[in-house]
Amino acid sequence: MFARGLKRKYGDQEEGVEGFGTVPSYCLQRQSLLDMSLVKLQLCHMLVEPNLCRSVLIANTVRQIQEEMSRDGVWHGMAPQNVEQRAPIDRLVSTEILCRTARGTDGEHPTPELEDDPLQSSASELPIVSSAQGQRNPQSSLWEMDNPQENRGSFQKSLDQIFETLENKSPSSVEELFSDVDSSYYDLDTVLTGMMSGTKPSLCNGLESFAAAPPPPSSTCKSDLAELDHVVEILVET
Amino acid sequence: MEEDIDTRKINNSFLRDHSYATEADIISTVEFNHTGELLATGDKGGRVVIFQREQEVLLEEQTPAVVLGSVLRVLKSHLPSFQSKNQVHRRGEYNVYSTFQSHEPEFDYLKSLEIEEKINKIRWLPQQNAAYFLLSTNDKTVKLWKVSERDKRPEGYNLKDEEGRLRDPATITTLRVPVLRPMDLMVEATPRRVFANAHTYHINSISVNSDYETYMSADDLRINLWNFEITNQSFNIVDIKPANMEELTEVITAAEFHPHHCNTFVYSSSKGTIRLCDMRASALCDRHTKFFEEPEDPSNRSFFSEIISSISDVKFSHSGRYIMTRDYLTVKVWDLNMENRPIETYQVHDYLRSKLCSLYENDCIFDKFECVWNGSDSVIMTGSYNNFFRMFDRNTKRDVTLEASRENSKPRAILKPRKVCVGGKRRKDEISVDSLDFSKKILHTAWHPSENIIAVAATNNLYIFQDKVN
Repeated sequence: MFARGLKRKYGDQEEGVEGFGTVPSYCLQRQSLLDMSLVKLQLCHMLVEPNLCRSVLIANTVRQIQEEMSRDGVWHGMAPQNVEQRAPIDRLVSTEILCRTARGTDGEHPTPELEDDPLQSSASELPIVSSAQGQRNPQSSLWEMDNPQENRGSFQKSLDQIFETLENKSPSSVEELFSDVDSSYYDLDTVLTGMMSGTKPSLCNGLESFAAAPPPPSSTCKSDLAELDHVVEILVET
Repeated sequence: MEEDIDTRKINNSFLRDHSYATEADIISTVEFNHTGELLATGDKGGRVVIFQREQEVLLEEQTPAVVLGSVLRVLKSHLPSFQSKNQVHRRGEYNVYSTFQSHEPEFDYLKSLEIEEKINKIRWLPQQNAAYFLLSTNDKTVKLWKVSERDKRPEGYNLKDEEGRLRDPATITTLRVPVLRPMDLMVEATPRRVFANAHTYHINSISVNSDYETYMSADDLRINLWNFEITNQSFNIVDIKPANMEELTEVITAAEFHPHHCNTFVYSSSKGTIRLCDMRASALCDRHTKFFEEPEDPSNRSFFSEIISSISDVKFSHSGRYIMTRDYLTVKVWDLNMENRPIETYQVHDYLRSKLCSLYENDCIFDKFECVWNGSDSVIMTGSYNNFFRMFDRNTKRDVTLEASRENSKPRAILKPRKVCVGGKRRKDEISVDSLDFSKKILHTAWHPSENIIAVAATNNLYIFQDKVN
């Protein structure tokens, strides 16, 4: 189905290669890259202002993975309509960067494709899924939406939220500063010191905590936006 | 006797060498001035160290020519052609001329963030009088420094004695005119201008315009044009910040003015594109005049394609006809008249292509390597890992890998070309890809404007290599 010019790359011995010469699952590798990228984005926020170029590149990588995963239909519970509206990146032709892989089946089912070692892959996938739905760290409340389904579907927004963070470090418009629903935005300290510092290392929580609604199209915070607009008006005296 | 002197002088080539590596000593920029007489380095601790080349000396010598510094045999074609048998031309060595603290660490109280004092770039101004001027910048502030010599001081004041104490006026019976007397050379650096508060994001480039009256500073999203005389305002000439930061996908990575046309400049992006802009077209150069981008090679596509295409440095050739760009794995030369692809592509370390995931994990994939032209635009040079640096001769298409390390190159020895083994069989003297030390990266190099002298910064050590004499 997905004839992606698979080539054996020299010296490709990435992590995740199981013993006994099994080919690592492409989805597993892709997921691991996604996880790694999200961790990197979270760790950006240290005492010194994060490197914007690096953040942008990582975020673009995450977007690519997300778009591919959503095209495969493997993005957890993600409906196609939640995909970012912009012109999609062309389907990546060669997918062997992470591993030598043979995509056997079409990505029709929502669960990640399992390759040679279904049990192993699923075992590693499941904890991610369950913990994503389970844990709720209060420290990530800054971006937490009340609606878990929104969390799943608004991955694009999560990336945007990262740039919100970066942007908020130097708010050029008050709207952006106050565009988030969460009331902790009103806490200036939280805003200015970089929200990410509160989030925990768990990647899934990271995914959760990314879920916010700064972009106007989100329907869940329209009322809050109106309220915020009002507040903003007062503040800027316009 | 002569040997001893040589050893001492040669050790000067390894200036700034410390037995331990302190983070503040990590060299972050290297730049020759326009004549090559001075070499400036900036480090992570905010200091600038300027080296000056000794006057060249002709000596009578019976023994074979003394070679100073290490040697570049590969550049044989550029060697001076003739050396007298009885005379040796002692090439000038670089010695420390001045050291000063350019930037201090700051704390942005509004954002609760530190502003690093690391010197990101140094650019020299052409010399117009006896003093030297350079621009140095950290993430937020550009400073114009004046470096001047003082070798005379006035003596013979009437009201003060030699130590500066006031004399009792009653004891003064005669008047004398103070005279200037020679003193030990003192080099002093004074900040003449501070260009602050114009950049929200981190400054990555500064470039002096060919009119010598203006310069530009570029951060991740904006480029500002300054006049040297005016510090409280600057013109914004490029702004790629989207109205909605959520839509940000591309940042500016480097920028430079054309060497001859004061209205033209280029800037590179994290998506591997270069834009050439003409300031005469409009005040805000958001629309480029030329757009350089190479179509992607579909067979090499991966999740890391964009990251490795991000351009880390862009440099005009001295002629102004070409630009050179450095991305993670290659150096490319573009003709300004052809936008759809580069005219030359050189593989710096293609053996890393299969290691991109690991390099992404340890963040090495984000390393920003610089690239430089030689004086005649015939050779280009850039750094790599394991303290390797690479040179590409554009005419002969030969390339060489050299190493900047004390262990592997004795003073006055010819640098031995290195080779990275990518296949199964490793020959003697080759180094395998897995043995490369990724913490030893050469990001900053400089080439003398007219001679074959190069400066290579390897973490906290500075290496100066000269062409072999005779």
